[in-house]
Amino acid sequence: MADNNTMTTDQRNIMTFDPQAHEIALSTEDLHVFYGNSEAISEGDLQFERYKITALIGPSGSGKSTYLRSLNRMNDRIATVKGKIMYRGLDINSNDIDVYEMRRHIGMVFQRPNPFAKSIYENIAFALRQRGMNKKADLDEIVERSLRQAAMWDQVKDDLNKSALALSGGQQQRLCIARAIAIKPDILLLDEPASALDPVSTSQIEDTLLELKQNYTIIIVTHNMQQASRISDYTAFFNLGKALEYAETGDIFTNPKVDLTNDYISGNFG
Amino acid sequence: MDKIRASLLKKSIATKIERRGKILSLSCLALIILVVFLIFYFVASRGLATFFQNHINLWQFLSGIQWNPGTVGSNGQPAVGALPMIVGSFLITIFSAIVATPFAIGTAVFMTEISPRRGAQILRPVTELLVGIPSVVYGFIGLQVVVPFVRNTFGGSGYGILSGTFVLFVMILPTVTSMSADALNAVPRYYREASLALGATRWQTIYKVVLRAAIPGMLTAIVFGMARAFGEALAVQMVIGNATLLPHNLVSPASTLTSILTMGIGNTVMGSLQNNALWSLAMILLLMSLLFNLIIRYIGRKGKLNHER
Repeated sequence: MADNNTMTTDQRNIMTFDPQAHEIALSTEDLHVFYGNSEAISEGDLQFERYKITALIGPSGSGKSTYLRSLNRMNDRIATVKGKIMYRGLDINSNDIDVYEMRRHIGMVFQRPNPFAKSIYENIAFALRQRGMNKKADLDEIVERSLRQAAMWDQVKDDLNKSALALSGGQQQRLCIARAIAIKPDILLLDEPASALDPVSTSQIEDTLLELKQNYTIIIVTHNMQQASRISDYTAFFNLGKALEYAETGDIFTNPKVDLTNDYISGNFG
Repeated sequence: MDKIRASLLKKSIATKIERRGKILSLSCLALIILVVFLIFYFVASRGLATFFQNHINLWQFLSGIQWNPGTVGSNGQPAVGALPMIVGSFLITIFSAIVATPFAIGTAVFMTEISPRRGAQILRPVTELLVGIPSVVYGFIGLQVVVPFVRNTFGGSGYGILSGTFVLFVMILPTVTSMSADALNAVPRYYREASLALGATRWQTIYKVVLRAAIPGMLTAIVFGMARAFGEALAVQMVIGNATLLPHNLVSPASTLTSILTMGIGNTVMGSLQNNALWSLAMILLLMSLLFNLIIRYIGRKGKLNHER
């Protein structure tokens, strides 16, 4: 076990982008995340290309969710995040950043569908109202547009005033996606958005994400390797708080350079 | 094979012990039910005697404003008008709840949302300590501090609804606070995360999401505080003045159901009208606490429906 670890920790293969050819939407530099004294992320620096889907895979406890949640500082009150998170040339992990404004541009959808106990309409209008948008016509328009983008407008257009909690799990999750894109973020972070859903809902969510890719940079944590290979352009493999391999999805699944990645993908551990 | 059959059919020690345990816990439950039933029976039989044995009109009892059960009132009937006490009880209950609620919610929000660590380490133990202080202490402080303060600030004798409200406010505040804090803690974490992830500020999250979701729990807390205020006897009796007059302002001496009950019950003879009339007051108290309980259960059930997913 110990031997195995020493052998594999040295082995890393992290792709970087040529800034001339690729537009970087988000990247981390020297990021470390601590829960109390224990380090949850020690080496995890990645770059994320604009208008692509990047999947983060890895076994439970590998730090991929922690990494994702650090990107829009949802870990602020839970963990200590050190290092830089670069977005549009700014380090958004600094104290000068208005966190609430930043989260408007870097939205997040969680593992468990978490609609508010409000109507479908109000779930989407919530964030807009908080930003002072009160005109009914504007709200109506954005609610419809968001629900259309999340591919659920036709199912719910007559029930907008019904409680969001009455929706099925898959619909709730798409409502959460609609809610997140209603405020037009740049980047959408998704933390295992389909892990609590049945296969049909999962494939609908995946279709929605592929649709959204045209306008959003998407970073998704997933346990499901088929899902990663189906929808993502790039994949990063995490283990024990480190990103060990980061490459184009096709490469990582057919020709992994790191032994541990190969073991994980072929189901030998994890 | 037959051995197994025999052992299966035999009454084992385990089943015997289990039955014994069942009987034991069932009899405990039965005892409590019996006690509750007897209390209701006793209070009702004494309390209703006012109306059936002494032939006092129920409406006169509830709406009369003269209280002196030993004597005959201006209408030629025994003076058993409980309205002053009923009004007094309701007024101090409602006022103390109105005053306590904003403080309780503010403290609870601070304890759970704004500074959970200090809340858990300092505020919560302190609040729980306040719940445990005997009511005579509150009453004594009320008598020594609140009554002179009211007298000097608002005039009058200092005894009255206002002093009662102040004392009850302090007494129910910890209860309402800690129950409100529980209600806020019970709001699922993902509500907060969802709101924050949409770029809402902490205050927007607290005000628009967390507090809204905790409304049923906080209503329960307030009703619970009201039930406590309504039933509190000693501390109120020490500061309210105990004059069985319809209060015409907040600083004139008044009385509550409980204060008249505790003052009078030792001075009457069992079975007399004076005694029966006091039991009737006790009956009203019992019915009211029953009502508060039903309200709490009703709110609780509605709240559960709201959170179901």
